[in-house]
Amino acid sequence: MARNIEKDALSGVETTGHEWDGLKELNNPLPKWWLYVFYVCIAWSLVYYVLYPAWPMGKTHTTGILGWTLREQIVEELAAAKQKQSKFTSAIAAKSVDEIQKDNELRNFAMAGGRTMFNENCAACHGAGGQGAKGFPSLADDVWLWGGTTADIYKTIQHGIRADDPDTRGPAGMPAFGKDGTLTAAQIDQVSEYVLSLTNRATDAAKAATGQTVFEENCVACHGEKGIGSVAAGIEVGAPPLSTAAWIYGGDKATLVETLTNGRNGVMPNWAKRLDDVTIKQLAVYVHNLGGGK
Amino acid sequence: MTSATLTPGAALGGQRSDEVRYYEDVIRLFTIAAVFWGVVGFAAGVFIALQLAFPALNLGLEWTSFGRLRPVHTSAVIFAFGGNVLFATSLYSVQRTCRQFLFGGEGLAKFVFWNYQIFIVLAALSYALGYTQGKEYAEPEWILDLYLTVIWVTYAIIFIGTVMTRRESHIYVANWFFLAFILTVAILHLGNNVNVPVSLFGMKSYTVVSGVQSAMVQWWYGHNAVGFFLTAGFLGIMYYFVPKRAERPVYSYRLSIVHFWTLIFLYIWAGPHHLHYTALPDWAQTLGMTFSIMLWMPSWGGMINGIMTLSGAWDKLRTDPVLRFLVTSVAFYGMSTFEGPLMSVKPVNALSHYTDWTVGHVHSGALGWVAFISFGAIYFLVPVLWKRQQLYSLRLVSYHFWTATIGIVLYITAMWVSGIMQGLMWRAYDNLGFLQYSFVETVAAMHPFYVIRAMGGVLFLTGALIMVYNLWRTAKGDIRIEKPYVTAPHKAAVGAA
Repeated sequence: MARNIEKDALSGVETTGHEWDGLKELNNPLPKWWLYVFYVCIAWSLVYYVLYPAWPMGKTHTTGILGWTLREQIVEELAAAKQKQSKFTSAIAAKSVDEIQKDNELRNFAMAGGRTMFNENCAACHGAGGQGAKGFPSLADDVWLWGGTTADIYKTIQHGIRADDPDTRGPAGMPAFGKDGTLTAAQIDQVSEYVLSLTNRATDAAKAATGQTVFEENCVACHGEKGIGSVAAGIEVGAPPLSTAAWIYGGDKATLVETLTNGRNGVMPNWAKRLDDVTIKQLAVYVHNLGGGK
Repeated sequence: MTSATLTPGAALGGQRSDEVRYYEDVIRLFTIAAVFWGVVGFAAGVFIALQLAFPALNLGLEWTSFGRLRPVHTSAVIFAFGGNVLFATSLYSVQRTCRQFLFGGEGLAKFVFWNYQIFIVLAALSYALGYTQGKEYAEPEWILDLYLTVIWVTYAIIFIGTVMTRRESHIYVANWFFLAFILTVAILHLGNNVNVPVSLFGMKSYTVVSGVQSAMVQWWYGHNAVGFFLTAGFLGIMYYFVPKRAERPVYSYRLSIVHFWTLIFLYIWAGPHHLHYTALPDWAQTLGMTFSIMLWMPSWGGMINGIMTLSGAWDKLRTDPVLRFLVTSVAFYGMSTFEGPLMSVKPVNALSHYTDWTVGHVHSGALGWVAFISFGAIYFLVPVLWKRQQLYSLRLVSYHFWTATIGIVLYITAMWVSGIMQGLMWRAYDNLGFLQYSFVETVAAMHPFYVIRAMGGVLFLTGALIMVYNLWRTAKGDIRIEKPYVTAPHKAAVGAA
């Protein structure tokens, strides 16, 4: 091929003698530093191949002289992490939540672990710090549906509420008084006025008075006299008190009517299925200390 | 080899391309499409960046949720913007460097143009409607994959046919890169889309391989989509437009050969570094990491050849903002091809993987390298294609350059900080051995950086809109009355040397 090698005036380097659409190429050698760094990268890789698992050999592969595997590394690291905590975890496994609570060191540990596990597993519904959200009760106040002692909280976390678990809390929920035809719309109106009156918010005293009769006939069995709640009334049905400012779904009249008409059946998972006992005990300690523990 | 290829280059050397009227209609179409999809893709990016900072912007609608719009953004910028830039530049330069018309005539090229645009629209619609293979950068379902295959094979026939019937004796380096890009992307596309449709009349399909094998095939594809679509293809652009604009010879022919073959050979094995610390066997992770490290210098070969081509013409950077785009893109290329091997090292990856650092890395490559070299090439092409004396305004090019550069800097620094913070928060333990932060706390901590990132995106989009205006006026034949860039005094001295 004909070549037209020229000398580039600026650099003094020769071209390769080819030209495409006015484009030419200089015949500069490979930059030395470039070549050496490339060699170093190759050498580093070769050393790595000697040390670590690297090349496939049919059904097996070269293992490397260090004998390292990722699987073994993680098993070892997990074991070491568990070992570091074992002083506390074995004590927690052997003790009741109440006993853990009374031991300063263990409570301190359980609060730290409980916080982590709460934020990863519980905060999505109950909020960070357990402040609650619509449909998800606050865990930071002293209103409890299923009891606020360490043992109660522990059991609720283990078995959940209306969960697929023989020991779960429930299973009955708030009936749909309106939808099921148990109460007429007028009665629901009256009883919700009565419920409002329990916190001095009734808008129609006459309706509230009639509502009291409806309440006593239909609601007292679970919510207790004057709506003090099932825990205070000593009944294990998870009916919230109606005489406080704490509401799960809302305490305004419209929400009360909605609750009475359609019922409520909130659920909570049975965490024993997902978390080990030591973790659940730590969670119970943490939740108990959020502000409302009994 | 056809007889045409035997025509001695020297014999025709004196008479340049003016005797051949190259196909330019279709190149103009591809250029318009590239600019259009660029703006669409950048705007989609800004929108989804804002969605991450302000989730209310998901609008509570499935069609506008982040999960569906994210592939709209990535496909729009990579395949719609990047793809049309590659079509425009490769089909423009291959004619000139081969001194040959496009093989198959302009009709075949227009077939590729229109069908590719239809494909883009169909793919975007399918994402918004919820059809996806769930494979990053390979989201289109099987029927669209088949459609794209037809388009791509036609493109390959045009390009390879043109190279095979060339009237230059040698194949110019840009065309090696374009060839590698076209062939490998075809293989990747076919390899990663071996799917079995659930029914002939439904969109849904499942991959033939499953589990970690499927993940490996996906990242073999995904990494080489970066390697061959966004690197080899755009190096092809670099090798034509940088020396053309700088009016200097390519720095080193030898370097171009060595870095081409090493890049092509090494890139294809680096995919496993996307699957460090997963079910992928240790040996495959080792190979992925070491091939990524060995890839560092071959990648930098392109940067050296791009930047050193300017030796003797550095002063032009002061007076030519188009060249500034081209050279800065090569600098960003160098930066992200250093960052890539670094992030492939397992202990580094243990921190960086799944964090925003990866997102920042991709964007320093995508905005800094891919988009900047595209802008440079488009600013070069538009006056040529519309037969205008010059661009409407070089000052506006400079405004575009600085707006976009500040946007990129905001973007990547925000993602470095938030990514490293995120990685450190995930692995922070307290003295009792418990995780310090819950996941949602790490998300909350990233909010300010998400806002900064979105601002970077807004600047980048603004720059692109300045470009659209400039190109529009250029195509109309207007020339802005503005202070010209003065030639630096020492240029005369260099020229005289």
